[in-house]
Amino acid sequence: MDALWCEALASKVNADERLVWRGRHASTSFLLQVDRAEYVIQILAGRVAAVKKGPFPIADWVFALRASEAAWAEFLQPIPKPGFHDVMAMLKLKHLKMEGDLYPLMSHLLYFKDVLASVRGEEVTS
Amino acid sequence: MSHDSMSAPVFVEPIVGRYMHLSLNGQLHRVYVEEAGAGVPLLCLHTAGADTRQYRALMNDAELLKQFRVIAFDLPWHGKSSPPEGWRNGTYRLSSHDYTQAILAVADALQLDQPIVMGCSIGGRIVLHLALEHPERFGAAIGLQSGAHVEPYYDLEWLHRSDVHGGEIAAGIVSGLIGPLSPAQHKWETLWHYMQSGPGVFKGDLFFYNADGDIRDRVKQIDTTKCPLWLLTGEYDYSCTPEDTAFLGKTIEGVHWQIMQGMGHFPMSEDPEKFLTYLKPVLQAALRARAT
Repeated sequence: MDALWCEALASKVNADERLVWRGRHASTSFLLQVDRAEYVIQILAGRVAAVKKGPFPIADWVFALRASEAAWAEFLQPIPKPGFHDVMAMLKLKHLKMEGDLYPLMSHLLYFKDVLASVRGEEVTS
Repeated sequence: MSHDSMSAPVFVEPIVGRYMHLSLNGQLHRVYVEEAGAGVPLLCLHTAGADTRQYRALMNDAELLKQFRVIAFDLPWHGKSSPPEGWRNGTYRLSSHDYTQAILAVADALQLDQPIVMGCSIGGRIVLHLALEHPERFGAAIGLQSGAHVEPYYDLEWLHRSDVHGGEIAAGIVSGLIGPLSPAQHKWETLWHYMQSGPGVFKGDLFFYNADGDIRDRVKQIDTTKCPLWLLTGEYDYSCTPEDTAFLGKTIEGVHWQIMQGMGHFPMSEDPEKFLTYLKPVLQAALRARAT
């Protein structure tokens, strides 16, 4: 099953000039895990340069956000239920795991939250 | 300046602010206090890493100001209150003792008689301490986003690092605590306050919130016949959760509590109009309880 919203990140983020500007000092790669499906999102100066679908023979990401398909689906609702409305909420309530070197994420936390929120309302899976 | 801006009517808010010099823990502090209205004193306490501006809507509500003298102060290190002399030689950490003393010192300095004390988040925690330890000082207590304890769920060191912008990370950490239905204007005003906090202040407040202010073992001892207590908590708060407040509701005899639908961790600041619909009946009940 494909997580279409991961693939939509490039068009959504790159079309938002202000969001790209806010991420202009961010260049990194991060992994989004949706159940067992893995996507690596490459960010270059705030733009989504590439979205690659796994499985990957070599892990090539700096930090990872891992959650179930059901949890991401709730997160992506226009008005999510309490506890699924924000990645820090999902972390606190154990719906999501964060791994790796969190520096790029934490130093651009508002930017990455808006990157993920940019695909709210998109079709979740195919 | 254009003709339009020169002729536009100017709205001047009823809020008046002053600075008080208070001795706290043997050190002189310059503390900013503001107030509006006349009547029963309502002493308002802001959240961690924020300041009195969170209560701007309450202090501009004409109906409220007819019955209440609404007062708020910036804790030392916050808002327009300065840190004490020599601040750069130490690390700021808020303790239950210092927090309590600051509140009592402001109440004394303003000669407040049986004020209703209302606090949010760390303020919602300290009102539990006040109701337990100083019930004779307060006519009633209102806790917003009150919990007896909160476990940290991320490394707090992120909040105070020279290689991470303190304002950006503080706002990033708390942005999800605001309910998704809150008006954008108020959401971003609330986050702006967080962006303006001094280095390490939010983290220092969380020492009280996550460690020193743990009151789980003692909340049962709160006597609501001595200090009547109300709790209001937003549905979307994952810091102090509705379950945390429900625990207090079940544990403290005589406490009144309610979950505010759709709201988050900063009710008075993130969606003041909606919050006032929850608060006003509580204030009337608190007034009646205070009078008896």
